[in-house]
Amino acid sequence: MSDLTEVTAADEEPAEASEPSGVRAALRRRLTETTTWTFLILLGIVAGFAALRFQQFATVFNFRNIAADASGLLIIAVGMTFVIITAGIDLSVGSVLVFSGVIAAKVMLAIGGGGWGAIAAGLVAGLVAGTAWGVVNGVLVTKARVPPLIVTLGTLGMALGSALLITGGIDVRGVPLQLTTTIGIGQLAGVPYVVIIAAAVTAVGAVTLSMTRFGRYTYAIGSNAEAARRAGINVDRHLIKVYALSGFLAGMAGMVSLARFATTTIGGHSTDNLAAIAAVVLGGTSLFGGIGTVLGTVVGVFIPAILQNGFVILGVQPFWQQVAVGAVLIIAVYIDQLKRRAQERGERR
Amino acid sequence: MSEPLLEASGITKSFAGVRALRGADFAVHPGEVAALVGDNGAGKSTLVKILSGTLAPDGGEIRFEGRQVAVPNPVAARELGIETVYQDLALAPELDPAANLFLGRELVRPGLLGKLGFLDKAAMRRRTNKAFADLGIGLQDTGAMVANLSGGQRQSVAVSRAATWVSKVVFMDEPTAALGVVQSAHVRDLIRRVRDSGIAVVLISHNMPEVMELADRIEVLRLGVRVARYQAADTTMEQVIAAMTGALGDEEVA
Repeated sequence: MSDLTEVTAADEEPAEASEPSGVRAALRRRLTETTTWTFLILLGIVAGFAALRFQQFATVFNFRNIAADASGLLIIAVGMTFVIITAGIDLSVGSVLVFSGVIAAKVMLAIGGGGWGAIAAGLVAGLVAGTAWGVVNGVLVTKARVPPLIVTLGTLGMALGSALLITGGIDVRGVPLQLTTTIGIGQLAGVPYVVIIAAAVTAVGAVTLSMTRFGRYTYAIGSNAEAARRAGINVDRHLIKVYALSGFLAGMAGMVSLARFATTTIGGHSTDNLAAIAAVVLGGTSLFGGIGTVLGTVVGVFIPAILQNGFVILGVQPFWQQVAVGAVLIIAVYIDQLKRRAQERGERR
Repeated sequence: MSEPLLEASGITKSFAGVRALRGADFAVHPGEVAALVGDNGAGKSTLVKILSGTLAPDGGEIRFEGRQVAVPNPVAARELGIETVYQDLALAPELDPAANLFLGRELVRPGLLGKLGFLDKAAMRRRTNKAFADLGIGLQDTGAMVANLSGGQRQSVAVSRAATWVSKVVFMDEPTAALGVVQSAHVRDLIRRVRDSGIAVVLISHNMPEVMELADRIEVLRLGVRVARYQAADTTMEQVIAAMTGALGDEEVA
């Protein structure tokens, strides 16, 4: 029955006729998505702080700082979104970030001279190092069939331990100054380069996830890996690519961190993994896989970032940010669970 | 009778010491509905999974169009022109019906975007709507997740996926189990239409009246071996059930 491989003009009609109800249905779906109401929470938070301290909070300078501070986490969280949609998890991102930074700094120093050649070599080495850890994660998850939680908990320790072994536990300083003055703190038309990099990663990630075959396979595997396998999708190869992507983006976040702080910040990333997971889940991505968007993750990254910033401006102890984000996170997953249960009831219909 | 299109002989398969298939035989010809029946645990689903490439047999021979073949994975089965409606449906619940229909065979946009893997969602949705219209499936919201469809609608998605892509043999493992009266009738019509187009249909069903109505031939499995073959027109439901339950002796070939 290959009569479906030809689309004639007559076929267009039913689709056309059902368009209005399709749009309404799509709108209804959109309104019930977790992403929509977390986005409203974000808007509420922004509006609240703006109402309380307009002159300090709602300034270009302040938003530029918030965005620059969040850029590294956003890059990691984009990769984490893909991983969690496959129903996986990547705890190793913070350690991989540090390891990539150390490798990049060491390469830059080894080449020396402080020129762009050394910087470029260091950046490439750092990205390769991050990707390599991602491939290790992916191969262990798919071929050794060790659960991702354990694999990435293991590589979390291995990557950080390796970074400490290489450096002797002391941050590597003295990376070429040009890296910091350009990528680190430079701006293009008032927008910091690090924000541009994060925005580009986010845009590419969002388009890849929602519009390409790579994204479709990511959802399919998280939704029903066995169905994907039977449909002829090479599930193992795709999962390795997804973990490699997460490692690559952790490496890129490491490069951003190195550029901003001109040092490897070995001790500063032990909770990056949890921050990224929290952001992804806040943004409506399901820990059970199959559901999620990059746009939601952007919202999920900025809720904690803006809370932190606003509390500082208000003079509230910033520790409240952690309490507030923790509570919102639990509520987000609770609602996800409720929806799942409603769906399972539907399945027994 | 014509040469069998797909023929399995002496298929064996054990799970953790339990022998699910102990030398099972099976054959299906082009343009016929062959029902594979048997009591629970007779090995029907195991045999189907082996012939559709989801399980590897321990032993035995599979012949397709007269030559010996291996079906190591579902892709190999698909390349032979074999499609399967699995009992568990094998749908991705978080994806919409169009995404499921084209799972693993996504259409991409023309030109450079296509090379980059950009999906042609509009074309896939159009063809899905047409496939559903052919099957008489009325879905108000084809953009909804499969998880939000009723059991019958989900089964319809799985059946129309197989019917859309099949070119030689389609296995249908309990294709009407979750369907209402009207949808079952649509699926039975579809099975006949697929058969009439020259495709071999293998029907696995517990619903004996349905088997008697649809099947051209009936093959009976019992405890992992074929115990009987019948021409549906020359047999009665009582005979088939007797063979299924072991009230009958050795294999009798009709």
